[in-house]
Amino acid sequence: MSVETSLIRTLIAEHFGGEIEELGFSHGVHAFASPPDMIVELCQFLKGHPTLRFDFLSDICGVDHYPETLRYEAVYHLYSLPNKWRVRIKCRLGDPPRVPSVTGVWRTANWHEREAWDMYGIRFEGHPDLRRIYMWEGFEGFPQRKDFPLRGYKDTLNPFGAEGPPPTQPDLATKDIP
Amino acid sequence: MTEVTELSRPAGEALDTKEVLLNLGPQHPSTHGVLRLVLELDGEYVARVDPHIGYLHRGTEKLAESFTYTQIFPLTDRLDYLCPPSNNLAFALAVEKLLGIEAPIRAQYIRVLMAELARISGHLLITGALPMDLGAMTALVYAMREREMIMDLLEMISGARMHTSFCRVGGVREDLPDGFFPKIREFCDIFPNRIRDYERLVENNRVFLKRTQGIGVISAEDGIDLGLSGPNLRASGVDWDIRRDEPYEIYDRLAFNVITRDEGDCYARWRCRVEEMRESVRIIEQCLDQMPEGPFQIDMPTIAFPVNKDKVHCSMEALIQHFDLSAYGFKVPKGEVYSAIEAPKGELGFYIISDGSQKPFRMKVRAPSFVNLQGLFGVSNARYLADMIAVLGSFDPVMAEVDK
Repeated sequence: MSVETSLIRTLIAEHFGGEIEELGFSHGVHAFASPPDMIVELCQFLKGHPTLRFDFLSDICGVDHYPETLRYEAVYHLYSLPNKWRVRIKCRLGDPPRVPSVTGVWRTANWHEREAWDMYGIRFEGHPDLRRIYMWEGFEGFPQRKDFPLRGYKDTLNPFGAEGPPPTQPDLATKDIP
Repeated sequence: MTEVTELSRPAGEALDTKEVLLNLGPQHPSTHGVLRLVLELDGEYVARVDPHIGYLHRGTEKLAESFTYTQIFPLTDRLDYLCPPSNNLAFALAVEKLLGIEAPIRAQYIRVLMAELARISGHLLITGALPMDLGAMTALVYAMREREMIMDLLEMISGARMHTSFCRVGGVREDLPDGFFPKIREFCDIFPNRIRDYERLVENNRVFLKRTQGIGVISAEDGIDLGLSGPNLRASGVDWDIRRDEPYEIYDRLAFNVITRDEGDCYARWRCRVEEMRESVRIIEQCLDQMPEGPFQIDMPTIAFPVNKDKVHCSMEALIQHFDLSAYGFKVPKGEVYSAIEAPKGELGFYIISDGSQKPFRMKVRAPSFVNLQGLFGVSNARYLADMIAVLGSFDPVMAEVDK
């Protein structure tokens, strides 16, 4: 346990109490678990704190833990340019997955969140423009989910795809993307 | 309505104009691949820009979930195809961290040597391609001449010119070939003068200067906010290089400067890359001087194929291990790792979640070009359509990496 881990942990605990769970330090990254509704506040705190200064958002990553109950996860990797520390924030989400967007904290979150929406269907609430980024408009399903076949579903353009019904996504049926 | 960014418009505009939507790409020589920019034009001024990507999406991350760790190396080659050794290195480092092993010192030197060769090869292309986008063809032709030398060197090491796949978890595939040192020394002697040639071809070209200096300025705050990394961020005056700040492999034994510029314009981004090539040559020379003799692969028959196969031929256990490794791959302990390196384009990170099997549960690539392309939203004073070409070229996006 390094000095900085205990420092980061103490500062977060002082501000948030027990709501942010600490997951330990491994391979150069301090990991924390946050409930989805705290994520924006936590990111703002980590970015704006005069000692911590996690000013750089490296990455946002969607994960599918099929078939667990809290199936989805959004993982944020933050970097502090002045301190050269890295932090990972993990956020478990239910089905359908919804989490507030951090585009208000970092503009770079825009495309990361669009990618996670495109691949996993994680809906980032408050995102200014949550469109698909890699797949084309009108594509059905979220290809990186664990229950999506590797070769896609069989149709006229994809004779090698898996047999089965074309995916009907209940949360895609409502077209009012936030 | 799509999310787009307002770019500034000249003051005192009084004419009544109609806005026009223009498609730049996906097939257009100056988009460096298949990128489609939907531009909203107000006369000759660009009012908004909306990049459409995904034309080259191959689903690397989804594919990786069904591949063993060794099989993923060729996939990483195809991310930033101008510098595959860097991608291989980033992935190998992430897996090695999960396994808790380190490659032998000689292997680390070989990897760094190849990564720096790849950095030169990647930067050479943009050194020539940005002037070419702006109408000065000559520099590209000269840059390609030197890039050919690097290709030959990589071919000598690995047998492949582009997709080398030379890294392995726990080392590299083979030792350096005979006759390699004189060849690369010759390259190191010639190359710094050649860099001077490119500079002389371009830095007094008034058209090039007019079209890049003061164009596409990004401030340091905007750059950090937009997640830029690598030379794109250093050109805005942020002194950050993962090779120096979080040294991996043997970078802490090497002396090199981190190049920064303060202007943050297209010229500064081009300039940063040119100067970085000089530093890379320095790093390569130090690698050659310091490289020790020794094994090029870790001595763990469960992870790496044995260099000497004698044991496999006469010991049952060794044979089973060898078969197991070739047929099923090696298991990686449960856990997760985020490991980033300074790739030529910026921070290249691999986030791997392992469930204890031979295949990753989830592999996420933090591709620098993907994030750098968002820099288009931070450009404050690219007003003309022609400036857009310079700005796009100066970010140096490789679409294979953007689309993963």
